[in-house]
Amino acid sequence: MISRSFSEPRPSEITPKEYYLRRRMVLAVTGFLSAGAATGTVKAASLATRPGGFGKAETPTSLADITHYNNFYEFGLDKSDPARLSGSFHSRPWTLRIQGAVAKPVIIDIDQLIATHQPESRIYRMRCVEAWSMVIPWDGIPLADILRQAEPLGSAKFVAFTSVLRPDELPGQRSGYGSISWPYVEGLRLDEAMNPLTLLAVGLYGETLPSQNGAPLRLVVPWKYGFKGIKSITTMTLMETMPPTSWNQLAPQEYGFYANVNPDVDHPRWSQASERVIGSGGFFGERRQPTRLFNGYGDQVAHLYAGMDLKTFF
Amino acid sequence: MASSIRWTPPGVIILTLWIAGLVPAFRSFWLGADNELGPDPVRSFEHLLGLWAFRFLLASLAITPLRLVTGYSLIRYRRTLGLLAFVYALMHVATYIALDLQFDFAILWRDLTRRPFLVFGMIAFLCLIPLAATSSQFLIRKLGRNWRRLHRIVYVALVAASAHFLMAFKTWHPEALLYVLSGSILLIIRVGYKIRSQVRQTGAKM
Repeated sequence: MISRSFSEPRPSEITPKEYYLRRRMVLAVTGFLSAGAATGTVKAASLATRPGGFGKAETPTSLADITHYNNFYEFGLDKSDPARLSGSFHSRPWTLRIQGAVAKPVIIDIDQLIATHQPESRIYRMRCVEAWSMVIPWDGIPLADILRQAEPLGSAKFVAFTSVLRPDELPGQRSGYGSISWPYVEGLRLDEAMNPLTLLAVGLYGETLPSQNGAPLRLVVPWKYGFKGIKSITTMTLMETMPPTSWNQLAPQEYGFYANVNPDVDHPRWSQASERVIGSGGFFGERRQPTRLFNGYGDQVAHLYAGMDLKTFF
Repeated sequence: MASSIRWTPPGVIILTLWIAGLVPAFRSFWLGADNELGPDPVRSFEHLLGLWAFRFLLASLAITPLRLVTGYSLIRYRRTLGLLAFVYALMHVATYIALDLQFDFAILWRDLTRRPFLVFGMIAFLCLIPLAATSSQFLIRKLGRNWRRLHRIVYVALVAASAHFLMAFKTWHPEALLYVLSGSILLIIRVGYKIRSQVRQTGAKM
């Protein structure tokens, strides 16, 4: 039986509501000012969500920080690039294809997907491989519910995810210098994909996902480093063998297939023992907290890795 | 510094260089204290200081190649540029230890013993210390030829800082590549002229 209980954060871990509200207000004002300029792009619309049982006690990082500080190399290398350069990205119309080792391959329209599975709001911790963290209130659908629609075959052991390839709309995909070979690809073992924690997020803070955070749908695997959370997914392929993953292809010594959050397995270039908490009090008070194994979700997922050497399969 | 201000045009330029050179640090510190440096202010401040350290290091290393290529000498401003590079490197390291690691010396020790990215950064910083310490007119005279030998360490600092800069990003970063390429060009110009003058000298002896 998988536990749905969460270790609660200390009061000091929580963003003071006053700051959080102030940031929201700033965002609302800037959003209003820029609304005129943003024609042609999909604006955030409110989602009909139901409360999920996950992480109710955690107070989220501000919407402004979540939407203005993230990695999405398709838009640029800097963490401010996604918000700045995602204006011409079109996340509608959009279809998700599920194929490979399945009995019923399907192509699902994103709005139909949202209508059939009422998204659930869940507050998850997010730990980036770069040693910073946030708390994010996602709205999403358990991946297992979606995969079951396609009826995976008994031979299926992995799920491969493919992100969007549109150099016209994604400036980072136009650059000639070699980094990631587009499109971005990711993968999970099937049991990881079917774990109740694994979410396909379609929203944030009760509204449709902004382009810079992976609209219209992205993977959220809260016990793994953020780069596993592939954004703007177009295809999921059930496979019998382990699929390639983008960061692992680029630097296999630095990024493994599993990428489970683990304070005892350091990145070759920096320590993973602790993390900076984004938006946690500014310049002098920015908090550094110890990183937890599986990002604190060990009760829910540790059994998936029983008997595996986590230092070898990092 | 203050005691040696000379109100000649070069003296005024040097004073201006110091003031203008420190503006980016003060401005960011002010913004940071006001919580206006974005979602991750410590990282932004840390990176800005490192970037300016590298810029001033390049500027100080550009003085001689500029003279070799154009004949125009800015040698009297080289010490200020070098010291600014050192001051920024010092603030960069201090920010890393005080604001980023918050004096967690266990992590610092692990970083400095195991991680090439931080080892290279620390080598670059340590190289700059003896250079800054021997930058006074008095010591330049006193050390004579040895001063020039000692200050060749700056090339070690450049190579180590370049490695550190490139490794700070998860992928090849065009901006970092551009800076490192600039440093390499400055180095190549120097080495090129050195070889040419040696070839001429041996040619003259024959």
